[in-house]
Amino acid sequence: MDELLRDFLTETHESLDNVDSELVRFEQEPNNTEILANIFRLVHTIKGTCGFLNLPRLEALTHAAESLMSRFRDGMPVSHDAVSLILATLDRIKNILDGLEKHQGEPAGTDDDLIAQLDAMAQAGNRSQVSGTLTYQVLERPLKPGEATLDELERAFRDTPGPEPVSHKPDDRKSSERSDAKVASQSIRVNVETLEHLMTMVSELVLTRNQLMELARRQAETEFKVPLQRLSHVTAELQEGVMKTRMQPIGNAWQKLPRLVRDLSVELGKQIELEMLGADTELDRQVLDLMKDPLTHMVRNSADHGIETPVERRAAGKPERGTIRLTARHEGGHIVIEVSDDGRGLDRSKIAAKVLKSGLATEAEVAKMSESQLQRFIFARGMSTAESVTNVSGRGVGMDVVQNNIDQIGGTIEVKSVPGQGTVFTIKIPLTLAIVSALIVEAAGERFALPQVAVMELVRVRAHGEHRVERIKDTPVLRLRNKLLPLIFLRKYLRLGEAAEQETENGFVVVTQVGAECFGIIVDRVFHTEEIVVKPLASKLRHIHAFSGNTILGDGSVIMILDPNGIAAAFGSVRNGAITLETVADSEKNFAERNKTALLIFRAGSNAPRAVPVSLVTRLEEIDVGSIETTGGRHVVQYRGHLMPLICPGENVRIRESGSQPLLVFSDGERSMALVVDQIVDIVEEEFEIDPSDGRPGVLGSAIVKGEATDILDVGHYLPLAYTGWFGSSTSQKSKRHLLLVDDSAFFRNMLVPVLRAAGYTVTTAASGHEAFGMIRSGRNFDVIVTDLQMPGMDGLALARALRAENASAQIPLIALSAMTTPDMIERVRRAGFHDFVAKFDRQGLIAAIKEQTDTVTSQAA
Amino acid sequence: MTNALHSGSAEYVTVTVGSQLFGLPIARVQDVFVLNQITRVPLAPDDIAGVINLRGRIVTVIDLARRLGITGSSSRAHLAVGLEIDKESYGLVIDAVGEVLKLGADTAEAAPANLDERLRHVAAGVHRLDDRLLVVLDVDRLIDLKPMEIAA
Repeated sequence: MDELLRDFLTETHESLDNVDSELVRFEQEPNNTEILANIFRLVHTIKGTCGFLNLPRLEALTHAAESLMSRFRDGMPVSHDAVSLILATLDRIKNILDGLEKHQGEPAGTDDDLIAQLDAMAQAGNRSQVSGTLTYQVLERPLKPGEATLDELERAFRDTPGPEPVSHKPDDRKSSERSDAKVASQSIRVNVETLEHLMTMVSELVLTRNQLMELARRQAETEFKVPLQRLSHVTAELQEGVMKTRMQPIGNAWQKLPRLVRDLSVELGKQIELEMLGADTELDRQVLDLMKDPLTHMVRNSADHGIETPVERRAAGKPERGTIRLTARHEGGHIVIEVSDDGRGLDRSKIAAKVLKSGLATEAEVAKMSESQLQRFIFARGMSTAESVTNVSGRGVGMDVVQNNIDQIGGTIEVKSVPGQGTVFTIKIPLTLAIVSALIVEAAGERFALPQVAVMELVRVRAHGEHRVERIKDTPVLRLRNKLLPLIFLRKYLRLGEAAEQETENGFVVVTQVGAECFGIIVDRVFHTEEIVVKPLASKLRHIHAFSGNTILGDGSVIMILDPNGIAAAFGSVRNGAITLETVADSEKNFAERNKTALLIFRAGSNAPRAVPVSLVTRLEEIDVGSIETTGGRHVVQYRGHLMPLICPGENVRIRESGSQPLLVFSDGERSMALVVDQIVDIVEEEFEIDPSDGRPGVLGSAIVKGEATDILDVGHYLPLAYTGWFGSSTSQKSKRHLLLVDDSAFFRNMLVPVLRAAGYTVTTAASGHEAFGMIRSGRNFDVIVTDLQMPGMDGLALARALRAENASAQIPLIALSAMTTPDMIERVRRAGFHDFVAKFDRQGLIAAIKEQTDTVTSQAA
Repeated sequence: MTNALHSGSAEYVTVTVGSQLFGLPIARVQDVFVLNQITRVPLAPDDIAGVINLRGRIVTVIDLARRLGITGSSSRAHLAVGLEIDKESYGLVIDAVGEVLKLGADTAEAAPANLDERLRHVAAGVHRLDDRLLVVLDVDRLIDLKPMEIAA
């Protein structure tokens, strides 16, 4: 390409971006002559250069635009339409420039349409200018002493020598060029590649310096020490200097936004104000490039989905004009960018509906999600809460792309939204990608670098120490401040060393955070932190997600840089947040709602696998056999300050004679009991076909798990063996009440029946609402009815309404069972006529509720 | 490269892996270096020996014997030929480096059809030397080969 043409293109592109935002400002402050002069100068420069380069289309277009703009300068009022027209003209100019860049010549086409409009507007301006308004100013009282007449004042102003009037006539061009020239002499254009090369060389220098320092450290006294110190300082300064050349104000990425927001407000019929704070915050060019698109997308989203129409806003008691605020600031080694709006906020129900529709979570899961958990779903693939695909957003680019871009540069994004008040996105990104601070760790004798950004804390773990690695079957976890932190063995993850020794109990847990997820990486050793120069992986290695790059350490060796994002992905389903102890209970509620059931497979007494629903198990423990005591013919062990009875599920089950004994611990409030097992085999989560029990005690039923017939243990059978009064008050005291249990899940029925029987009730079951209703109609009497809410056909609510409508059954206490315990749901349940509402799997709660209801009836009857 | 094989003569750096003699186009060979302090890359394909620091550059080292399925290579190979492909540096682990040969079209032949699949894929041709055969390697194919294809 012609050197001259290329320069022209680079320059005009930059100026055009400037003018875009200037024009938007101009519309708001039409009297700002400085802005006008800027725009005018640009258009004028393009026009001048076009003639020189022989670009007739551009020349004609800029000429027409210039004519209109000179009218503004002469005082023509700046109208909204005029600004739109000029913006359209600028767009056309950009189009032509793009064509120029590609084909080295102006693309074919005509601009007569625009030129005609521009001319017409300029003409209209001529006419309208004639009709100015003159205000007749008279002082309607006699002058006081010391006052001057208006005329006198006017004259005084005119006669006082002032600054030379600023002329905007042709000679203005010279003066503006002069100021340009001054700026030009202070800054030069440098090719980006040159800068990149410089950066690479400095990186090399940093490495060499590190190597020299390492050598010098090993020698006690050397004459190199002083010059090395000096070299070190100079290098650091040079590095900083070169980094600076790569820095650009974030405002560069924001330049197009005022125009975007302006266009959007026109298009959407909204009033939107864009506030930009901290535009001069500098960050690395590379990072800036990657941030441009996400920011544009987010601002567009805010304008489209966030800000309401003026009518809606007025109705909500907010000012008609909505505000989108962009802020940027330094915070440590990071840049924090916030995109906030004062719009309607994220719509929980819409997100929930979309989550359900895209199958990202089940209804039950959604119901128990916190606001922020649900909001995070907007970053999931295929989520867009816009109802209609507007011209503005909903182009198939979602927040998932935004998150991806941010992930790529090792940044994080968080969302906070308050319905009716607005949404705030907070993005945290590193200042630069080239040099990062990293923690050097070791696993299986190999060293790796872990970016410091992702590291939250280090925890030392010892087999018998305060912090130790615990396991739920094969899954290592760490108890950290009341949370269970999922762990991953770096050795195992990277398949280092012998399989047998891949899991060692002693080491360090690097608590790592990626987005909102926390997990721990178990390493053998932790060294120091070091500033490393990130070098991209060879393309042959780029498919390995565990690494984001590699680097050369001070001692000259190459090490791989771990990618926390890649490791987080290895956790798979755990990704939606760290498992907390609470969620173990939550998942219990869930358990029957889903078709999938998680079973803990173990062996006890024989080789045949046996199973128990994971959700019923409180903990898995291994205790030293030596700590088992025998009192009154029963085995007990001291556990958390209490004596915990050990029960052998079956005659063949024996407590081991030495070593450690695996236990399944079941807790209910303060009380715990443990089942003695030989071996914990696996956790399997699948849809199981469960055949009801053939009557063997302690067996609920059986299922085929991984091709083997597996007995499912009836926990309800064993619990009373540990404590006779496990299920509340003893049963013999009151007459047996008759209870109807309605649930479509056979498995759930089978599990609950023994529990209820043990609590002293006569239990009848029904598999559907219809069946239950049929029983009542046929005249059967029950003291209390416990029903599931979610059932096919007649559900729990429908059953309740039907029962209430019947004279015979209107007074029977009704208890609802459900996994969903939202306030909304509780209200619906209450209105349907239920007396109580119990979360599924809350056995104690259920027993208490039944007791309360039946006692009420008794006392009423008495 | 293939053209050079059949028209006029070309110069090759000869290297041996196991008992096999290979030729690499001299223009493509950057240097020959001694391998020390090689860093293993976990989870990488089998034929990636690791990465090393070569005068400030990170070089990805490919185990040529593994890649081509050649047995009998000395297990303590510590020499590598440096190549640059798409601005990335690679090294091929070899047992020994020999002289530079100028070979003409008269000794050239296409790779025989019954050659081991892995080898045939990267062989640009074969030269009949007096005492042995020299397989000319197509460097781009050698590096470009996806790990999955070798596994197949």
